[in-house]
Amino acid sequence: MFKRKGLIVLALALVTLLAVFTGCSSTSDTEELTIYSGRSENLIGPVFEKFEQETGIEVNVRYGDTAELAATILEEGENSPADIFFAQDAGALGALATEDRLQTLPEEYLEQVDSRLRSPDDEWLGVSGRARVVAYNTDNVDEDELPDTIWGFTDPEWEGRIGWSPANGSFQAFVTALRVVEGEERAEEWLRGIQANNPVRYHNNTSTVEGVGRGETDVGFTNHYYLFRFIAEEGEDFPVRNLYTTNDAGSMINIAGIGALDGADNEDVNQLIEFLLTPEIQQHFIEENNEYPVVKGMDVDNPLVKSLEKIDTPDLDLTNIEDLEGTLKLLSEVGAL
Amino acid sequence: MQAKLSTFKNKIDLFKQGQLKWPFVAPPFILIPVIIIALAMALPLLYLIVRVWGVDDFLSLLLREQTITVLLNTLALAGSVTLSTIIIALPLAWLTVRTDLPGRKIWSILTMVPLVIPSLVGGFAFVSAFGYGGIVHNFISDVFNISYTPRIYGFFGAWALLTLLCYPYLLLSIRSALVGMDPSQEEAARTMGQNSWQIFWKVTFPKLRPAIAGGGLLVALYTLSDFAAVSLLQFDSFTRVIFLQYRGSFDRTYAAVLALILVGLTMLIVTCEMWTRGKARYHSLGRGTKRKLRKIKLGKWKWPALIFCSTIVLLALVLPVGVTIFWLIRGLIHGEAFVLRWEAAFNSFYAAGITAIVGVVATLPVAIISVRYKSRFSKLLEKIAYAGYALPGIVVALALVFFGSNYAISFYQTLPLLIFAYVILFLPQAMGALRSSLLQVGPNVEDAGLIMGCSRFKVLRTVTIPLIRPGIFTGAALIFLTTMKELPATLLLSPIGFRSLTTEIWNATTEAFYTRAAVPALLLVLISSFSLWILFSQED
Repeated sequence: MFKRKGLIVLALALVTLLAVFTGCSSTSDTEELTIYSGRSENLIGPVFEKFEQETGIEVNVRYGDTAELAATILEEGENSPADIFFAQDAGALGALATEDRLQTLPEEYLEQVDSRLRSPDDEWLGVSGRARVVAYNTDNVDEDELPDTIWGFTDPEWEGRIGWSPANGSFQAFVTALRVVEGEERAEEWLRGIQANNPVRYHNNTSTVEGVGRGETDVGFTNHYYLFRFIAEEGEDFPVRNLYTTNDAGSMINIAGIGALDGADNEDVNQLIEFLLTPEIQQHFIEENNEYPVVKGMDVDNPLVKSLEKIDTPDLDLTNIEDLEGTLKLLSEVGAL
Repeated sequence: MQAKLSTFKNKIDLFKQGQLKWPFVAPPFILIPVIIIALAMALPLLYLIVRVWGVDDFLSLLLREQTITVLLNTLALAGSVTLSTIIIALPLAWLTVRTDLPGRKIWSILTMVPLVIPSLVGGFAFVSAFGYGGIVHNFISDVFNISYTPRIYGFFGAWALLTLLCYPYLLLSIRSALVGMDPSQEEAARTMGQNSWQIFWKVTFPKLRPAIAGGGLLVALYTLSDFAAVSLLQFDSFTRVIFLQYRGSFDRTYAAVLALILVGLTMLIVTCEMWTRGKARYHSLGRGTKRKLRKIKLGKWKWPALIFCSTIVLLALVLPVGVTIFWLIRGLIHGEAFVLRWEAAFNSFYAAGITAIVGVVATLPVAIISVRYKSRFSKLLEKIAYAGYALPGIVVALALVFFGSNYAISFYQTLPLLIFAYVILFLPQAMGALRSSLLQVGPNVEDAGLIMGCSRFKVLRTVTIPLIRPGIFTGAALIFLTTMKELPATLLLSPIGFRSLTTEIWNATTEAFYTRAAVPALLLVLISSFSLWILFSQED
């Protein structure tokens, strides 16, 4: 009895293994584009689908963590199957550019994008933007109580009331921006000032906003659009709103952007970039994801999102925010990481 | 037959004279697979050495002040989680196997299901239940009017969460030892007038030692490798720091240095476990027929036992599942879409199923070598095997990215490579179960087969394998369930476009799509409970 069962199991295993081996060797003649995307499928998947439908180019996407995908591309070397790297932040694109893994992109696309939101060496460009904000709990904090700049939060009155996620890519981009805009010393002073207020350290942006929502902290440093995710999940009375600080790195614009890898087919890559910059797709980012457009002449239209024009974002070149190493060193020195 | 018997005797004589060394007494159908598996298991280590090779400031990297703190943190966490999981799992296993606890079957399954809850989901649920403004906090402050500030971050939270997530590893391991145990000694003790309590400590417990050590090892090493729990609760363990290196700075060298220290730590823990095994023999020398054991009557202890079981199930299962259902309902009320992808459920089930079969087949020769042909080689092999399991998934995944894309491009990002990665990661899970089953089978039974003139392969197939069936099922179940919830290797190594339940959950939670995370999370729990139910119906 056992014997026969064993045989059946063995046969099944063989058949499945066979299926596995033959299944993966199928090839097709249609044009294909392989994308490693650090952007979540929930935010970008529908856009890729639309691109497939409109161009007939088959898109294969591997979703993952931005930095882990960057590390993967570096390990793969020239054997990387990826044509495009879609990153959640400029830092990861910068890391690939430093290792000479990115192609120069055509001028005609670059010039459509605000120069602050693309690589000065023409190796990557932003396709959608998000602002750094301070999320605050509306039950515990009065709008009038909130300071105008991030410096206000170093005041002892904010002791134990702040949340942040120093391990997060966009937080680190913000700290780099702070170093560039105000200088190393001031950046360290700010970090030490916040550290002195015993901030709660969170896993990522989602947990930071969730913590503000529960009232565990009164304010949290995060990106603007998480709030809209929570409103979609929990309704309008989710007790959190965003504060845009003025004239400091606290309200910088971060990008999600793309770069083309050294071995990629330019034709297909160009088609994708062109598609991502069309008003239709930029509008999709605005409406569906509550993000900022990167092409000139478009803006957001949501009472809870401050328009690009009105954000007092620092005049900052994204090149300089490629120096992540310095930021990480600073973060460990002050004990934030 | 006479001839076979004499060659066998010759070998024994040669061995006694010290001319034949044990590992090489192992027949080729065991030795050859073992060597292949050993090479596969060594890949992550090889990768780390490649990464660190030629770094001049290796020592200064190693001796950073942070490294020492993190080392102590990690040891404290692994030790305390192991201890607390033993305290939970031992009574649970005994109650659900040996006593007349009402609803034994149901409790068996319910106490085991938390094994499959990904630490990301468990962690989010833990924070939103016990954190400030969470369900428990609100309940206590509203109903009892007690104001307090819950402090879940840091050591305490990480310890509590990992205990709840990990105790099933021990439970499964202890259970399978209890189920396969020869009852005659316990009955002898009973006839000599010992009570249940004395029998447990004097007879049963000592025989459970290898299962407790093996399961404890799995728990300790899982604690070393898990990222989501320590990150959500912000405790500086090795894995968190290693991930920070990859995620923050793309610094693959310092990450590799840290990972090598982690490997060292693993070796230390595995050595300790081997040391506790000692020289004891666990099989019976007599007939050892398998009979049904009389269930112990709980009597007045029934209620405390039920309260104990329900508390564990409440904390480890009802709570995370409840929170997930809450996410789902809340999102649907506010107009979020209900997204159900059967494809992801099928992929998870399918990949985990193949991995379980391949994993057990690969583990069996390793377990046989380690139990029957014990030598320095077998001990080293075991230690290497555990390294893959203790390393954070991201390290093993990147190792296979490196080797796969550079040396096996036609397998790169295919299902076979993904399964290969799973096997490297989870082979040790079946090791413990197979080892403890093998230990309970006396080698004299196998020798009898040989003397009767059967080939070694036939003995393995007709004597050993049927006798260690409980261990095989347990090992397969452990690999299956752990593969179902694996994330880092799945993200990087799966065929492109491959969806699994865990990748769906991860994709959704990172951007606060809670409703979309809830459906796959619930499916994961459902499928796993179903698989456990099948597993336990094999027991009787």
